[in-house]
This record gives sequence, structure tokens and C-alpha cells, in this order.
Amino acid sequence: MEGIPPDEVLVARLRSGEESAFALLLDSWSGGMLRLARSFVSTEESAAEVVQETWLAVIEGIDRFEGRSSLKTWIYRILTNQAKRRGVREHKVVPVSSIQTGSSAEGSLDDTGPTVDPARFRPAGDPYPGHWWEFPASWPTPEQGLLGGEARILLSQALVELPERQRAVIVLRDVEGYSSDEVCDLLEISQGNQRVLLHRARAFLRGKLEEYYKEAKP
Amino acid sequence: MTDLDCQEFVEQVTAFLEGGLDPAEEQRFVDHLALCDGCDRYLDQVRQTVHALRELPKEALSPENRQALLNIFRARH
Ligand SMILES: [Zn+2]
Repeated sequence: MEGIPPDEVLVARLRSGEESAFALLLDSWSGGMLRLARSFVSTEESAAEVVQETWLAVIEGIDRFEGRSSLKTWIYRILTNQAKRRGVREHKVVPVSSIQTGSSAEGSLDDTGPTVDPARFRPAGDPYPGHWWEFPASWPTPEQGLLGGEARILLSQALVELPERQRAVIVLRDVEGYSSDEVCDLLEISQGNQRVLLHRARAFLRGKLEEYYKEAKP
Repeated sequence: MTDLDCQEFVEQVTAFLEGGLDPAEEQRFVDHLALCDGCDRYLDQVRQTVHALRELPKEALSPENRQALLNIFRARH
């Protein structure tokens, strides 16, 4: 995100019609916006349309931007409002297949309960209650290629399976690299809430990779 | 304070990585980590998952959509 001037400078340039300033924003922020929009709507195409509508609203509305939030927050608010409205219109529902976490599936998709299958730990009454029955299996080291093309596709697909709030948080934090303060601001959630959503999403995705490596290495 | 068990450990991983544990909780977490290979591996795998997400290819506007927006921007001024 380097190279983006402070808001006052940026807004002045946009208002005076400086195309390079607008192009810089398009190229810096559209990627994160597309992924975030995808949390709310059914298809990639739909997400692209939401982003397009958002930028049109920015062009139309930049003269009315009052600077009460950062420019980025202002744009992301427009985006999430448009995306939510469209998501409702599309009756986006989470596919049933992703609600049922099979017995081997790690991570829980709602916002409460353990994130690792309790059956993997020794029960109360055992000499070591709450300890692993069996340690998680090791993964290939990064030199062996943690993220081959297949694992990359798997992660992208697993992201789509997450509930929208978890997906929005992990996309912004871990894929796009925003700070927790920025994410709380953009999504209007508390730090505590953000941490819970991030925790659940990370645990779910770790579980997906674990399953993948287990199958890849019988 | 009693020792942390593995089942509790895995639920504190994100709080630990975010620097959100208080000093006593963090000490328990680190103590457990030092003694438990399973949890050491679990934490490492969460870190690897985060790195893997960071490496996902960046998305971008299609060239047509990008050009269309630039045209509209230009026409407004
Ligand atoms: Zn342990």
C-alpha cells in the first residue's frame, strides 16, 4: 500500500480530475474490494459489479466526502452497503454442504464452540485430560512447496465456504494484510469480535489444509 | 493458576498471535508450548496457514472494467 498520498492530497487530486490519482486507487484497493464483496454475494461476476458500482459512487460522491472517516473507510462502507443489499436480493445462503462438517473436518463454521474436534483430545478421567490423543500430522516443509497450485485452489475454495463475517475478517487481515484496527473500522466490529471471527476462520482453514495433506500423503 | 491443556491451548492461538493474552495467560501459553510437541506443531500450522493466505494471488479489476471507470472519471472533469 505504499505510494498512496495522505487523504487531503488524494481527495484534492481526485476532485480536480487527476486521472493518475484515480488509477492509483483503482489499482491499490480493487483487489481487496473484490474479495470483500465476494463475502456477501453469490458469484465472482456479482462481486465485480458491486465493485464497479462502488467506484461509480465514488466518482459521483467525492465532492461530498467530508473527511469524517478515512477515504478508504468511506469507500469500503459504500462497498459493504452495496454488497449487502445485493446479497439480500440474491438470497445468498450458505450451501448445506459447508454447514455439515464431516467427522474428519476440522474447525466449526458457526461462531461458538470448539474450533478443533473434541474427539482429538483425551477425555476427563484420562490421566492426561485435554491432551492430544495423537499430535497433528506434520506438513511438508515450505521448501517442499507448502502452497502448490492445488493447495492454493483448495484455500480459495475454503474461503468461499466460510460464513460471511468470518470470511470478511480473514480476507482483510490475512489475504490483504490490513491491521486489526483497520478491519474493525471497515467492518464496524469490536476488537474482541474481530478476534473471535479471525480465530474461527483460521482454525477452519488450517483444518482444510490438514485434510488435504493427509489425503495427499496416505 | 492450573496448567493449560492442549484443548485450551488451541483456542488461545489467535489471541497469542495477536498479542491479546495478559502476561499470566501468555506465560501459561508459552510454558505449555515449550513442553508439548503437538501444540508446537499446531501453532506452526496456523502460522503456515496465515502465510499461505498472504500468498494467494491478488485479485484485480478486469482491464475492461478498469478502462471503463477511467473513461467515466475523465468524462466527469
Ligand atoms: Zn499441548
